[in-house]
Amino acid sequence: MKFERYGIGIAKGLTVTIRHLLRHPTVNQYPEQRLNISRRFRGNELIWNREKCTGCGTCAKTCPQGAIEIVTATDMAENKYIVDKYEIDTGYCIQCGLCVEACPYEALYFSHNFECARYRRGELVQGKEEMLETPQRKVSGYFYPDKAQKLPGQTLLVEKITEKR
Amino acid sequence: MMIVDFIATGQGHFQAIPPDWPGGFWWHWLFFTVVVIGFVLTMVMGVIYIERRGMGRMQSRLGPNRTGPFGLLQPVADAVKVLLKENIVPAAADKLVHWLAPVVAFAPALMIFAVIPFSNGALLADLNIGILYIVAISSVSTVGVFMAGWGSSNKYSLLGAMRNVAAVVSYEIPLVLAIVGVVLIAGSLSMNQIVVAQNIPFILLQPLGFLLFFAAGCAEINRSPFDLMEADSEIVAGFHTEYSGMKFAMFYLVEYAEAVAISAIICTLFLGGWKGPLLPPWLWFIIKVMLVFFAMVWTRTTLPRIRIDQLMAFAWKFLFPMAIINLFITALQVLAGWPTQLMWAMIIVNFAVTAFMVLIWSRFFFRLGWGRIEV
Amino acid sequence: MAVRTEPFVLNMGPVHPSTHGVFRMRVTLDGEVVVDIEPVFGYLHRGIEKLAEQRTYAGIIPLTDRLDYISSMNNNFAYCLAVEKLAGIKVPERAEYIRVIISELQRIAALLIAVGAFLNDCGAFFTPFLYMFRERERIVDLFEMVSGQRLTYNYLRAGGVSQDLPEEFLPALRKFMDMMPRFMDEYDRLLQQNEILIARAKGVGILPAEQAINCSISGPVLRASGVKWDIRKDDPYSIYDRFDFDVPTQPAGDCYDRYRQRVEEMRQSLRIIEQAMKQIPSGPVRAEVPHLIHPPVGEAYGRIECPKGELGFYLVSDNSIAPYRCHIRPPSLINLTALRDMVRGWKVADLIIIFGSIDITVGEIDR
Ligand code: SF4
Ligand code: SF4
Repeated sequence: MKFERYGIGIAKGLTVTIRHLLRHPTVNQYPEQRLNISRRFRGNELIWNREKCTGCGTCAKTCPQGAIEIVTATDMAENKYIVDKYEIDTGYCIQCGLCVEACPYEALYFSHNFECARYRRGELVQGKEEMLETPQRKVSGYFYPDKAQKLPGQTLLVEKITEKR
Repeated sequence: MMIVDFIATGQGHFQAIPPDWPGGFWWHWLFFTVVVIGFVLTMVMGVIYIERRGMGRMQSRLGPNRTGPFGLLQPVADAVKVLLKENIVPAAADKLVHWLAPVVAFAPALMIFAVIPFSNGALLADLNIGILYIVAISSVSTVGVFMAGWGSSNKYSLLGAMRNVAAVVSYEIPLVLAIVGVVLIAGSLSMNQIVVAQNIPFILLQPLGFLLFFAAGCAEINRSPFDLMEADSEIVAGFHTEYSGMKFAMFYLVEYAEAVAISAIICTLFLGGWKGPLLPPWLWFIIKVMLVFFAMVWTRTTLPRIRIDQLMAFAWKFLFPMAIINLFITALQVLAGWPTQLMWAMIIVNFAVTAFMVLIWSRFFFRLGWGRIEV
Repeated sequence: MAVRTEPFVLNMGPVHPSTHGVFRMRVTLDGEVVVDIEPVFGYLHRGIEKLAEQRTYAGIIPLTDRLDYISSMNNNFAYCLAVEKLAGIKVPERAEYIRVIISELQRIAALLIAVGAFLNDCGAFFTPFLYMFRERERIVDLFEMVSGQRLTYNYLRAGGVSQDLPEEFLPALRKFMDMMPRFMDEYDRLLQQNEILIARAKGVGILPAEQAINCSISGPVLRASGVKWDIRKDDPYSIYDRFDFDVPTQPAGDCYDRYRQRVEEMRQSLRIIEQAMKQIPSGPVRAEVPHLIHPPVGEAYGRIECPKGELGFYLVSDNSIAPYRCHIRPPSLINLTALRDMVRGWKVADLIIIFGSIDITVGEIDR
């Protein structure tokens, strides 16, 4: 550049900032304005399908955090395991998704929910009943592309044209 | 009645109190004390709002918009928050100095406004040496700042305070020299007379003086790019690192009151003060102050910070010689009677000189400072 | 009368606005001049190397996310390369392309943060930082789309990637690729020629090429000193030998050059992504790998060019489900070894920008 260091650099910088003053800001205002999160979102809770689960315990073995606790009993008559206790401590869970990928019977999913803050640590433990799918607790499409199709598409910042240039 | 007068008076000489009132001087004094304090506090709130919103928009954010309509109450919320905070004094602090510092820093910032005219003659004290008074008073804040840095017995504070003292001592000189050009043309040291003398804003006659004053003024009050006395990425918060609660609020107020003061001085000296068509003079004054302040916000958003040795070199190697040249040229022009007879020639010549000087200095800007020191 | 000054010790960090995390330096100052510094590490030590010895090979991937949390995908990549070498796993073609696209995107995102934080340290009050975060946000959006998470992606697996790209990914990436060069021009307009930035950063904190090699510096810091060394070119891993890209270098090795170097590297990454998007085949994305990998007894070292330099994972296997030993070569830590020589004699303000121009992540230093 021939015109380096004649104050041109500073002037150019000033035009860039003043132009931003006239553009739309990129931010959105969270509680009122909500964006759709990813279809594969790994929510802060796990969803468990009681019918499909066989109590094999693969998920608990795979979990790197040891956040899953399963206690099973044998049902001799039906020749299968009964899941007595299935607990996930979401306070320890790092939402890595390995358990969902590992489950051989497609019984474990992520939830599509992200506002799961609690006031006490103990409340973070999800028991059997809190893990079932409900209308509030939607299943996320992580690792299950067919479930992903049912969810609304993600809002992308690349598609939000806020800048006119 | 007084207020009505104050608002309604146009170009005529302003009188808050009829001169035949008994004790008229003291009534005038009381009235303007209230006006000055009210003006400073509301303007500080205004400029904080402008700074945060304007900066937010320039940075592709929104800025505060939750408290009140458009976030207008954000400064109030800030103030309440900061006043409710616990007042923490470091164990090793020099208690008295630590306690006194915000007061010492705050008083001069308020006192500057005593000689700023809000309308024709509408000022607390129409000193015939108004500008000299401002120069004298404004550097007293530095004592408060240095007390804060010394008294908190924190190394960051001390570094910040040292930087501030060094900067203010150097920048006083180009600041005053830039003012002298204006004084020469106006032929008076009184702030009100200077405004009255501005048939066209002096920025046209003194463009270089304006730039010098703007730069030196920014350095005086620690605004970017000279904000290295409280450079948050280097020395945390500089001299007020150890302040909290009410005392921190005082420093915060000082910072913005000084910014308003410099903006007010700039628009009095260079932008025609309260003069302007149609709108009442005090409104023109406020609009101009806000515009000058916005320019400061704009540079703050864009520019990086310069280093302490570069700051010194900038004052002594660039601003100082440029101020001398400006003063010299202006003096010659005044001697030749240009300001009254050949105003257009003066405008052209001074703008040419300004462009030339600015190009020259930015060409060599990177040579500032003295770089690495062998240790 | 000779004037004598007492040097004094300033404790910078662990909580300081610009130490990029919980990093601490004991700085000996003479006035404003830095006489000596002594870095103190370990405030973020989580024992990741030791933890890895008790986890399965798949369970270590979430740990690597937390090493350099600014470039998680690259960490996953390096670790997966090491495991694949150890267990002899062949990665499907499409997965290789996905990995390249993802890791180059991650490189752009991490370099944006590095440049933004550097300019912020120079005192440009958050403006470049926020502009660059805006573009990083666009990349992170894409990552959220593929992996479901925004910071700790855990997306790559030994033998491929965890799931295929969703079909809306490539069109969105296309849009991003169209936008990005314009944004990069805008950043350059904002500060590249700024006189103050040049005065602050040019000639400051020079790292000579010879010393950089002796200290085993890698990444943009090395290349800014004029050494043409990029693992993607010089020891190609994955499928980097199929792409046409340059290794930019800078002449002087000062702070300004390191800043320019990062910007140039972003442009090269865009070139690689452009080519990879054209060539990407269809097919499986994950090799048939059991959940619990039992690699044969042996050792392997997998290394990649991560945004900060050479990131390596050294794994020793004893044929069990967990590595016997896992050692990480963090580029941040090793790049930091030259800091002392670079800052001595400069001022406090320069210390901050030199430190910022090295671009460290404390999660990686302390591990
Ligand atoms: S997501 Fe990861 S950490 Fe959480 S329960 Fe599953 S395997 Fe364990
Ligand atoms: S792996 Fe699946 S089937 Fe087995 S116990 Fe866990 S949830 Fe149930």
